[in-house]
Amino acid sequence: MQRDGDRSKLFTRRAAVLGGVQSLLVSALVGRLYYLQVVESDRYKTMAEDNRFNLRLIPPPRGFIVDRFGDPLAINRQNYRVSLIAEDILRRARTSSERDAAVAVTLDALGRIVPLSDYDRVRVLRDMKRRRAFVPVTIRENLTWEEMASIQVNKPTLPGIIIEEGLTRFYPKGPLAAHLLGYVSSVSEEELTGDPLLELPGFRIGKQGVEKVYDLVLRGQSGTSRVEVNAVGRVMDEQTTEEARSGREVTLTIDMRLQEFASRRLQDESASVVVMDIHTGEILALASMPAYDPNAFTRGLTSQEWQALMANPRSPLTNKAIGGQYSPGSTFKMVVALAGLEAGVIKPHQTVFCPGHMQLGSHRFHCWKRGGHGSLDMVEALAQSCDVFFYEVARRCGIDRIADMARRFGIGEPVSLGLPGERTGLMPNRAWKSATMGDVWHQGETLNAGIGQGYVLTTPLQLAVMTSRLVNGGLKVDPILSRMPTKPSPEGFLAANAADPAPPASMGIAKMHLDVVRAGMMAVVNGARGTARAAAIPVPGWEMGGKTGTTQVRRISMRERETGVRSQDELPWELRNHALFVCYAPESAPRYALALCVEHGGGGSSAAAPIARDIMLETLRLDPSRLRPGEEIPVSALPPRARALLEETTGAVAAGAADASDDAEETGDSGDTPQAR
Amino acid sequence: MRHAHEFSSPRLRRGELSLGEKFWQISWSLVLLVTLTGCVGLVMLYSAAGGDWEPWADRQAVRLMIGFVLMVGIAVVDIRFWIRNAYTFYAVVLVLLVAVEIRGTIGMGAQRWIDLGFFQLQPSEVMKLALVLSLARYYHSAHPDDVRRLPFLIPPALMTLVPFALVLKQPDLGTGLMLVAGAAAVSWLAGVRIWVFALAGIAGLGAIPVAWQFLHDYQKQRVLTFLNPESDPLGSGYHILQSKIALGSGGVFGKGYMNGTQAHLNFLPEKQTDFIFTMLAEEFGMVGGLILLSLYVILLIYGFAIALRCRHQFGRLVALGVSTMFFLYVFINIAMVMGLIPVVGVPLPLISYGGTALLNLMMGFGLLLCVFVHRDVQMGRRGGFDD
Repeated sequence: MQRDGDRSKLFTRRAAVLGGVQSLLVSALVGRLYYLQVVESDRYKTMAEDNRFNLRLIPPPRGFIVDRFGDPLAINRQNYRVSLIAEDILRRARTSSERDAAVAVTLDALGRIVPLSDYDRVRVLRDMKRRRAFVPVTIRENLTWEEMASIQVNKPTLPGIIIEEGLTRFYPKGPLAAHLLGYVSSVSEEELTGDPLLELPGFRIGKQGVEKVYDLVLRGQSGTSRVEVNAVGRVMDEQTTEEARSGREVTLTIDMRLQEFASRRLQDESASVVVMDIHTGEILALASMPAYDPNAFTRGLTSQEWQALMANPRSPLTNKAIGGQYSPGSTFKMVVALAGLEAGVIKPHQTVFCPGHMQLGSHRFHCWKRGGHGSLDMVEALAQSCDVFFYEVARRCGIDRIADMARRFGIGEPVSLGLPGERTGLMPNRAWKSATMGDVWHQGETLNAGIGQGYVLTTPLQLAVMTSRLVNGGLKVDPILSRMPTKPSPEGFLAANAADPAPPASMGIAKMHLDVVRAGMMAVVNGARGTARAAAIPVPGWEMGGKTGTTQVRRISMRERETGVRSQDELPWELRNHALFVCYAPESAPRYALALCVEHGGGGSSAAAPIARDIMLETLRLDPSRLRPGEEIPVSALPPRARALLEETTGAVAAGAADASDDAEETGDSGDTPQAR
Repeated sequence: MRHAHEFSSPRLRRGELSLGEKFWQISWSLVLLVTLTGCVGLVMLYSAAGGDWEPWADRQAVRLMIGFVLMVGIAVVDIRFWIRNAYTFYAVVLVLLVAVEIRGTIGMGAQRWIDLGFFQLQPSEVMKLALVLSLARYYHSAHPDDVRRLPFLIPPALMTLVPFALVLKQPDLGTGLMLVAGAAAVSWLAGVRIWVFALAGIAGLGAIPVAWQFLHDYQKQRVLTFLNPESDPLGSGYHILQSKIALGSGGVFGKGYMNGTQAHLNFLPEKQTDFIFTMLAEEFGMVGGLILLSLYVILLIYGFAIALRCRHQFGRLVALGVSTMFFLYVFINIAMVMGLIPVVGVPLPLISYGGTALLNLMMGFGLLLCVFVHRDVQMGRRGGFDD
């Protein structure tokens, strides 16, 4: 027992030491706990909040684009898409084949409600493997309301299937204003500016036309929400801290009814037309055909669709009204006439004899009329579009004075709507030729320029501006598409709305000379021998003046000489002449100017003038600068012949409108066809 | 001590108590405290599952009940049974440990478990008790002078180092260190002289550069990460940093039950096992953490009190050996989640989800209770009466 007593005492001493050590270590734990939870607590609280919350951007709804009367041209449409959340069906699946089977079962069930292609199935499986299991994988977009509803009804039998909503850009008129409005599409790598909004998946920005020019105005401002996330990024809760601010509505000067009519009237041709108000410069219609469906760009084109658009020889992607450059041909003769009159090299009623050609040195310049026009003055020369008369005027005037006058009318000048893809045309003079070709100007080139051939190039927009300035009293009016500034500053909007647009300045051209030219244009349409007399407007008081133009496609003149082909109909389409027509109306008090070009249409009087006449007739009927929708003159009140002209197209419009809505449906569907995107 | 001696009956001294009397001798307040701590674990596991009994709390509750029965059962077994069979018990566990080495199931990247069909047994956990029992028996039967002789210390050193080597090879650094520390504590209490520990310590330090070569890469990484945890916040330092964020953001009063953002948004790793203390301290704050620590300290005080009231060396050594093992669980786990020591994968006793550790701890408390019940038994050197 003594032995045990000693052991016991030793044990007690050593237990005390052990207890002391343990107490010290426990104290260290308490101290550490205090340090972490009291001293450093604030720091760790911040870090915990950083862990917990992410800021997420809320994309703003894109502003609408409306026409001058507020009718929608580009809106946002509710887009329903059906998605699959993988984790909801993969809980029990362990192997990848079980997983595929589980997905197949769900897709089969869904496929009985909405059609799914094999491509969709493959894509869903592929996307699921790439993403975290709680991220929804889109199965199909652009569901119809019926499809959406039947999926909702059947939801209990469709585990993991959810319906998501979003906004997509929608162009109610489809291709009818495609070039003007442009389209929106996904942000490309080069377009990233550091704005996080642009990095949102599915965010789309304006890529062409008004959508591009007004992109910053239409875009709006993103909102933010605080998202509670867990360690792998799954969203647990969301609170909106700042609402997204919708983009502004952009009002255009376009009259959609006229735009639609013009597009319909051009439909089959590779053609473009511009209608503008000669006093305000407001563009009322700007159409280019053939067009594309901008809605297809919103959902993303298939590579086949893209190839088809690119390969089409009638270049549906080009806005020909601003991006197509053509020799103005005879539509240039008014400018030459004014240059001559202003220079005093010809008097208003002075006559020139046309023998059918003009001899210049060894070269003979032909008039389009083989036998010649005989003796005619300026009005008659314009009416009959005599080439020799204008060779003579050009010869007397010289290229530099013609070029100066042309520039005053906007030819070869950057008259601009600010749209992407605009071109400035070309107005040559001596300085230009020596600068670009290092060659002297030849007089033969002056003669060619005198009838709008040779180097001279214009766009239909420039021709419309030229015509406006010719008949508005020589005022330097500029075309506009919208009175809104393209930058989204609030002050800018107020300033722009408050200030009346400055009245256009006079170009200082004698009214007498302008009147002579206008009389000539009047005679083109209404004169007994006018080249466009077949295209007169058959409504008393709405008479229009105009000028035809037929321009050789440069390559052909060589070819023509080699082969001797004469008739336009015998030529292949791409070698035929361009047909142009410019006009204004009504003659008594001009208000509207129009320029139209039918590529490879043949002749200005046969191919361009009738189309221009119909569009001008509809412009006068609608009178969008003065009347509001509903106040226009009904078609039934027009004389029978005019009525017949319009009904031929409006009938087509009505039928075409049905087509257009079919198209929209179709594009919605084809968005999910299995072509490679 | 003296009181217990004077008032205890001869029958009690000889260990001739009926089963019913033994039940009355059990310290039910200790049983209550152990059960209470286990219930804190259930509450935390319920929270860890996001407010659900599945998948952890319900199974842990069953284990707690089994453990309770084991604990009380062990408490009433005659203590001489334990001293007689201490070496047998140790040998069986050692064989199991070798078996794990040979054909154990691969789990968590380490060979630790042996599949008994109905139960995944972790022999390394049970070894902690077996080692304490066999060392207690060895020292119990020794003369006080024996422990002063170095050759006498060779068997206990081997008894410790063989399982240590096996556990280290699994590899399970935490358990290995616990075995050595526990054995050192028992030896210290048995009277091994201080310079022996100093010598062993120096030898151990000297072995570190050698041992470093044998460490697995992930173990090396853990040590390096411990030395500079915030150097690589998304890499291997991630766990400990997130744990500190959870603790710190809990503050004094915590975020509220089941409102721990770090735990419930899964920033906190292994929140149902090794990092459950972090979750508790995040949700209940420093107050909650201190209350749990107090519970543990009270349990430890019980261990010391029982050891000091025991009248035989075996009981004293078993009681404090078991208590020290318990202390090591507490300290290593909590120090680890607070970033005081490297991450070594030791559960929080009675609270972390996990079968073997819980049952092992309950058996340990069973032994502690057994010592208490048989505190006045007079025991010979080989576990007989007074021989």
